[in-house]
Amino acid sequence: MTRRYKYIGRSLRKIDALAKATGRAKYTDDLSLPGMLHGRLLRSPHAYAEIIAIDISRASKLAGVRAIITGDDLPARYGIIPSSQDESALAIGRVRYVGEPVAAVAADDEETAARALELIDVSYRLLTPCLGIEEAAQEPPGPDGRLHKAIAYEFGEKPGSAPALERTDLFFYEGNTHLALEEHAALAVWKDGKLTLRCSSQTPFHLRQIVAKIFAMPEEKVRVIVPSLGGGFGGKLDPFSHDICAAELARRTGRPVKFALAREEVFYCHRGRHPSLMRIRSAWAKDGRILDLDFEACLDGGAYGSFGIVCTYYHGALQPTTYRLPHYGFRAARFSTNKPPCGPKRGHGIPQPRCALEVHIDKAAEQLGINPVDLRLKNLTTPDSITVNMLRIGSNGLRECVEKVAKASDFRRRYGRLPHGRGLGFALGSYLSGAGVPIYWNEGPHSRIRIEATAGGVLTLYSGATDIGQGSDTVVVTVAAEVLGISPQRIRLVAADTELTPLDLGSYSSRVTYMAGNAAKQAAENLKAEVSRLAGPRLSFEAALRIALEKTKTLEAWGSYTPPKKFGTFKGSGVGVSPAYSFSACVASVRCDCETGFVRVEKIHFAHDIGRALNRACVLGQIEGGIHMGLGEALCEEQVFHSSGLHRKPSLLDYKVPGLFEMPELDIHLVESNDPGGPFGAKEVGQGPLIPIIPAVANAIYDAVGVRIDSTPFTPEKVLEALDAKARGGSGRLGPDRFPEVLFPEPIRVRQDA
Amino acid sequence: MSAASGRALRFTLNGKRRSLRVSPHRTLLEVLREDLKLTGTKHGCELGECGACTVLLDGKPVYSCLTVASRAEGRSVTTIEGVSEKHPLVESFADAGAVQCGYCTPGMILSAKAHLEKKGHRCDGRGDCAKEALSGNLCRCTGYYRILEAVGLAARKMKRRSRDSKI
Repeated sequence: MTRRYKYIGRSLRKIDALAKATGRAKYTDDLSLPGMLHGRLLRSPHAYAEIIAIDISRASKLAGVRAIITGDDLPARYGIIPSSQDESALAIGRVRYVGEPVAAVAADDEETAARALELIDVSYRLLTPCLGIEEAAQEPPGPDGRLHKAIAYEFGEKPGSAPALERTDLFFYEGNTHLALEEHAALAVWKDGKLTLRCSSQTPFHLRQIVAKIFAMPEEKVRVIVPSLGGGFGGKLDPFSHDICAAELARRTGRPVKFALAREEVFYCHRGRHPSLMRIRSAWAKDGRILDLDFEACLDGGAYGSFGIVCTYYHGALQPTTYRLPHYGFRAARFSTNKPPCGPKRGHGIPQPRCALEVHIDKAAEQLGINPVDLRLKNLTTPDSITVNMLRIGSNGLRECVEKVAKASDFRRRYGRLPHGRGLGFALGSYLSGAGVPIYWNEGPHSRIRIEATAGGVLTLYSGATDIGQGSDTVVVTVAAEVLGISPQRIRLVAADTELTPLDLGSYSSRVTYMAGNAAKQAAENLKAEVSRLAGPRLSFEAALRIALEKTKTLEAWGSYTPPKKFGTFKGSGVGVSPAYSFSACVASVRCDCETGFVRVEKIHFAHDIGRALNRACVLGQIEGGIHMGLGEALCEEQVFHSSGLHRKPSLLDYKVPGLFEMPELDIHLVESNDPGGPFGAKEVGQGPLIPIIPAVANAIYDAVGVRIDSTPFTPEKVLEALDAKARGGSGRLGPDRFPEVLFPEPIRVRQDA
Repeated sequence: MSAASGRALRFTLNGKRRSLRVSPHRTLLEVLREDLKLTGTKHGCELGECGACTVLLDGKPVYSCLTVASRAEGRSVTTIEGVSEKHPLVESFADAGAVQCGYCTPGMILSAKAHLEKKGHRCDGRGDCAKEALSGNLCRCTGYYRILEAVGLAARKMKRRSRDSKI
């Protein structure tokens, strides 16, 4: 039976669309306050060096300079996750990447601040930077070593039957960055012992907690407000130097201080995709069943921890959500290098291992003589199952996703049979609808929503979630409107203000629709129940609300969401846990030019198990945007460095992203598996769709021209090199051929019956 | 910032005559955002790479971050603040789901406006002409299809409106 909804599932206008389309919406850098000073950061020109001395005397004398601070002025260590408290707002003792902030200036205007930076004298003693996984893995272990984190797991039991096929593959996934169009900004006001920080953050509540800790003040003395946010993709999750320096400079000067970063600086903030070198071993039965999977990864973390430990765990967490694995080994190590810190970019630590796995399975399919689609179908997970690594899967529309794209692309008939230069590639993926375990462990709700009704029937919804462009404001309002049976336009929204709105963990891990959406649904249900208790059940909500408000003047209702408890009990079992998983399947159709090596993606067939589309246009927009970003990672985007540690491409012109003309034709299918725990059945769509794009393109290139590019991005240079090598009698594979010796710890063994 | 010591700049901004003093090195973007507080024009790079700062100079799209303010002398500048909320492009961007984070949107709409005013009768948003017109504006959220759909929608609306006004 399908229920008819009034607003759910329609392509309603986003509630902020007109404000943004008319330029009325205010982003952080659009704000200015009387007496406001402008801040700038002096950044390290060296990848790795000791700071011998910093002399600010010349800069301090410049007219218009109001305050200058250095590392010693902000000694507190912090980091976004409790187990990586390794950052400071300004470098202390050493700089660890080109672009690391060393000093901060507040001045009357930006030009003066910039001139002051030139007058700060820093003397450095250069150290030898470490810029890659191979180098980092060779350095001796110990407190000064490069190994940040190493983990090892063994899940399930090895089947007794002898495999018909065993193979090992290596894959390298290059780092890349978010490139949200709005550059980071922060505006701090410090007045009467209270700090108000307006900034481009995806996590205002985490930021409040961290800033309060840095300044040793109670959280209620810190108010974080997120104005309109011009894209995040994970790049605005961490607390940043400019946030903290704005606060400290405002404290010192007693005036508002604003930092608005330049595009180049955003590349140094980074927190983007970890470069990752991976090794996969698998064993298969003759009929195509996977008997065993072993996965190893070395992650290049950059200079600081950020979310890196979580990313390391994520590297192994979700392979089992798509494939039934009797036995699964997983080992991963993250290394510190002298580059901007890597962190959570759309997909977090999932796209790299998924890409390596899907390419590996494509190779196995060829050896087994089974069509890549059919090989996957033999191994898919099912609804309401437990994975080998103890994740609980509820709704699961993966099979339908696979069948939809296979049929739409006529994959079984066309794969391997297209003329030379044209090819089809298949891959699938999966993602979380919010992390089931919070960064800061506690039993409390992950999202709370309050709805208030006041005189005249004014309805205000208070949401702590941050709309980063994904539409979370629209989601919470639409969900509440559907429950109440009133137009979304009837509901005013107050969002992302730590003083006014209830706690929400933030916009990451694709958690907002599921968690804040559920909280909004519950808040609206509670309001509706209270209104009908006061006014009698048979009236319309509006009529009942009038009567209820005559009796009480104001009404409020709360809703919250706490995910189910995790299933596994072993150390590390909190990563990968989610109340629901999204699933996607993709067929990429490419054309490769053998003269130039240029890969043109002509068409993408895509199916996504969304649970239920709350707003169809928003869902399609997320999928299309995810495909776009995935194509960038597949074809051109890379965050790469000179041997000195200098970023090679810190500008939009050099850091290539796909433009309008690079977008292929899209054929998108929504699979609505109606998740029993999701708000109206909804699951995530913000991150999942990016994930299968990259391996689908890799596999399509192989189908087109018979070369394997086992290293992203799949640039013309690499394709040509592989084609040349093949023409000379080589294998036509281009990619890593060594995996470093890593001393992984003894694996934690987990069995289903344990 | 010493605008008082700068040169006089007279131009038409969103249909109104404006006169102010600006330092000779100031860009049009800086003058619009900082001196005139018209923050609907965004900055994404200040190097002419992203198109977020697009405004119309005598009806033609320019990157205001690469345009020295004095180039506007005696000319007409249109920013997003000069585009009505009822403009078919604004409505279509909202209706088609073309606005995600919204940071590229003002520049996108102005590029699209210049294009439709020139070639509106021939554009359906699907052909290369719309893509060419918008190719100087980067969007990181949408994958562009909602934007092209919005341009097509607006083109149809504008055609209808001009036909109706002729009757």
